[in-house]
Amino acid sequence: MNLYLKFEVNSLFQKVLENELKGLPVSYTVPGPGELTFHELVPDEVLEAIRARLDQYGIEILENPKAVLIQKIKDAIIELVYREDSLARCKVSVYLSERLRFGYGYLSKLFSESTFTSIENYLILQKTERAKHLIASQALTFTEIAWKLNYSSVAHFSTQFKNTTGLTPTAFQRIINKKRAVAAPGQNGVQLSEHPVDNAF
Amino acid sequence: MQNLPISVLLADDDEDDRILFQEALNEIKFKTEVRTVGDGRSLMEYLNRPEVKLPQVIFLDLNMPLKSGMECLHELKSSARFGNIAVAIYSTSASEEDIEETFVRGANVYIRKPDDFNELKRILEKVITINWQYHTSGLNRENFLLSF
Repeated sequence: MNLYLKFEVNSLFQKVLENELKGLPVSYTVPGPGELTFHELVPDEVLEAIRARLDQYGIEILENPKAVLIQKIKDAIIELVYREDSLARCKVSVYLSERLRFGYGYLSKLFSESTFTSIENYLILQKTERAKHLIASQALTFTEIAWKLNYSSVAHFSTQFKNTTGLTPTAFQRIINKKRAVAAPGQNGVQLSEHPVDNAF
Repeated sequence: MQNLPISVLLADDDEDDRILFQEALNEIKFKTEVRTVGDGRSLMEYLNRPEVKLPQVIFLDLNMPLKSGMECLHELKSSARFGNIAVAIYSTSASEEDIEETFVRGANVYIRKPDDFNELKRILEKVITINWQYHTSGLNRENFLLSF
């Protein structure tokens, strides 16, 4: 005897998830076929348990390798910008391809396709953000900042800062000081130390 | 590429400027969802409706009837609900003092209205791009200052 069964993949998928995630300490929604959203961060051991349970149905958790790689590029650039040694003076193309073991052409194309900017512009953006931080912390002169960020001269630094922000470093410093005076009247010259970790990661 | 449109709100009393602004945004590489209002009071009324999905960037003309851009900026920046929206001043005034004053009061971007349509497109694309980088790379918004 033969029976012919009609079934609907989505409700099957939903039901499988429902059964397998039952009893686990997670709350989730299924935004669409093949997608699962957890409402909180799931600890690694729970994620491993889910992976094992779903594996028996041939359901595999995909890690988007491109998104992972783009994050690695960003992290490597930020690390480069905040580095204090001579390695920070090498070429970004060489640094990235050695570090991530992909050709620079591939990395550069992938980055531009997914982030609305190029690696070069992202590096300039991050360098400028660090420069803003250093200016705001008032511990260094512009010449020292230019040197620290690997600019050939303070003029080169000021030009790139102006091209990126539309403001000169001096105008930026003046505005930040006035903003602080408005935010905390009576407390002049509030010193903020540089916390690259808060800012960058 | 992300597919979600970036929502943008413009308050400007000049109708021609509103149309040009919308056309320029339609031609850049980002998908945007643009809404425009004609004065500062309508802007604040719109934003204060509880069901409204807040925009990511607000472009503010400085000289507007009923409520000026400066007053709107002040209200936006002193409210917890709107505090995280990037504010771009979009004005014909080009005095350095006006520019610094708006930055001190919390504006993130200052755009002197350009005469050239392609220039406007270039500027808007750059503003949206940088705002996007701030958003996706967790940069410190306190330091988000950009002038054109």
